[in-house]
Amino acid sequence: MGVLLSVQSLVTQFSTSSGIVRAVDGVSWDVDEGETVALVGESGCGKSVTALSIMRLVAQPAGRIVSGHVVFKGRDLLTLSEEEMRRVRGREIGMIFQEPMTSLNPVLTVGRQLTEGLEIHLAMRQTDARARAVELLGMVGFSDPARRLTQYPHQFSGGMRQRIVIAMALACNPPLVLADEPTTALDVTIQAQILELMKALSRRLGVAMLIITHNLGVVARYADRVNVMYAGRIVERASARELYRNPRHPYTLGLLRSVPRLDEPRRARLQPIEGQPPDLTRLPTGCSFRPRCAFRVEYCATEEPPLREVPDATHVSACWEAERVGSSNGGPRNGPPSPPALGSTSAQPGRSSRHGE
Amino acid sequence: MSSVPRRIDDVAELGTDEARRSWLATVWEFSRRRPLGAIGGAIVLLNLIVAVGANVLAPYDPVATDYGAMLARPSAAHWLGTDAYGRDVLSRIVYGSRTAMLVGFSCAVLGATIGAVIGVGSAYFGGRVDLIVQRVMDIFLAFPLIILALAVVSILGTGIWNVILAITVPMIPRAALVSRSSALAIREMPYVDAARAAGFRHVRIILRHMLPNVMAPYLIMLTAYLGQAILLEASLSFLGLGVAEPTAAWGLMLRGAAVQFAESAPWMAIFPGLAISLAVFAFNLFGDSLRDALDPRLRTQ
Repeated sequence: MGVLLSVQSLVTQFSTSSGIVRAVDGVSWDVDEGETVALVGESGCGKSVTALSIMRLVAQPAGRIVSGHVVFKGRDLLTLSEEEMRRVRGREIGMIFQEPMTSLNPVLTVGRQLTEGLEIHLAMRQTDARARAVELLGMVGFSDPARRLTQYPHQFSGGMRQRIVIAMALACNPPLVLADEPTTALDVTIQAQILELMKALSRRLGVAMLIITHNLGVVARYADRVNVMYAGRIVERASARELYRNPRHPYTLGLLRSVPRLDEPRRARLQPIEGQPPDLTRLPTGCSFRPRCAFRVEYCATEEPPLREVPDATHVSACWEAERVGSSNGGPRNGPPSPPALGSTSAQPGRSSRHGE
Repeated sequence: MSSVPRRIDDVAELGTDEARRSWLATVWEFSRRRPLGAIGGAIVLLNLIVAVGANVLAPYDPVATDYGAMLARPSAAHWLGTDAYGRDVLSRIVYGSRTAMLVGFSCAVLGATIGAVIGVGSAYFGGRVDLIVQRVMDIFLAFPLIILALAVVSILGTGIWNVILAITVPMIPRAALVSRSSALAIREMPYVDAARAAGFRHVRIILRHMLPNVMAPYLIMLTAYLGQAILLEASLSFLGLGVAEPTAAWGLMLRGAAVQFAESAPWMAIFPGLAISLAVFAFNLFGDSLRDALDPRLRTQ
């Protein structure tokens, strides 16, 4: 299968009163046709900005795509005119937003919102667009789509609205859908339904998906490949299975350990990642994860680790000590000793939480 | 291939069968809660009926002179008396409501609509566009309504269409200001970003996605401007800068009456004056109640 989307050395910056924020700082990754790729990381690591940069919807003039390429089906989206880009949005790349409560327009009927894109991008006539809208609503699991078309968003629950948003994203049969935290705002039970739906539809229609999330559970079950982002950079990339079995970056390891697991003793303590994400206006030299890292060595402070292939694994990691991270890792819970006491450089002690009470 | 889950919506159905109330029920509810507003609305409606049916309702031709009955007192023949040319005052008030409604509705609809488009557009684009548009609007706002209207009329000359234009112009920046502040909040809603991500043009997003969301302030402005426009038209006509004789207009009737006949034939001034007051009062009453009814913070449900 060919490469559908290739993000190359993308740099997106925001100028704020406290300096230039390097929100996306030279990331590269691919999505193959029909593949589901996850972009994982904590809040503020640049996941959403990456998605907005692909769509060229970064809020201007504060935000700016400084350099890089976003090659989609052989064309660099960053070189397109605004008019050409408009034809890519919605038609070639669909987008699913986080908040289903607010990503539908409250004063327009669901039918109108579904048909509008069809009429504009595919030049469908109203009756054809309506028929397609009925088909779409049926596809995302509504039992009486025709009646639903005349209703307004407030007449639907959160999960149902997210189904409508998914139907809208898929309306023009785009080869790629970007989903920015598609389930974060939903109840846990509904989350699973929505993710199952997305997975099923992506298989059935051959749609490639980029799922942006901070939820590693989502990644494990629904993604083929995972990119872990930290402070605007990709720090590790692997297949989902490989990443769980054999994380090779201390940050990934930390993320996995801070997730409660059903196969652990109920009284086991979660291990939080100590410290805070760095200030993106003043990134430290060397590795930006260094202040919070249990594996740090002296040259981490001066030499920035490149993304490199890890010898005994089929994935890449941006850590000088990737081998040591791997060998210490007999299973995500019995790893290295707890991080040494942090120096005065760390901002705050991390929260430690007890789980399973 | 895993099958797509079906029929979940039946479980998660929330308030779907909340029937949309008929407009008659809505009107009844409004009258019960806000009787004053309903009275205002009724007078507005009456005014509209009179304006539309003027040629049927008026007992005389409003421009027909009768030199046998000049300055006649109110009587069975002329209920509200006649003016200096023997024209029937009631007929002129009836026809005058046609002028008032035409000017009032045209100005309010034009002013509020153009202002809303400018305000929403300004909020949507933000940044430099917003800054420039707002400064231009500020310049217009620096002048009182009547002064700006006078300026436009003195440039364009009198006549009903020029009057409409003259009254619309100063209303635009006021409407723009109100709609912009509502639109600023809407601009930040994810559905606007979603519309961008769906590949819609700016104009479509402004007109089809954002404008319907400022409908409540728009309607309030509309009713508020109706009263103001009627008053302004009367003022301009009174000053001789509005509608020209012999067209029937309330302000024009006052102009003729107040100067010479205030003592000898007071009915010439009192009745058109009452018509203006009643119309403006009714519009304001209705507008205020509508605002209260549409403002979610004041809504008691």
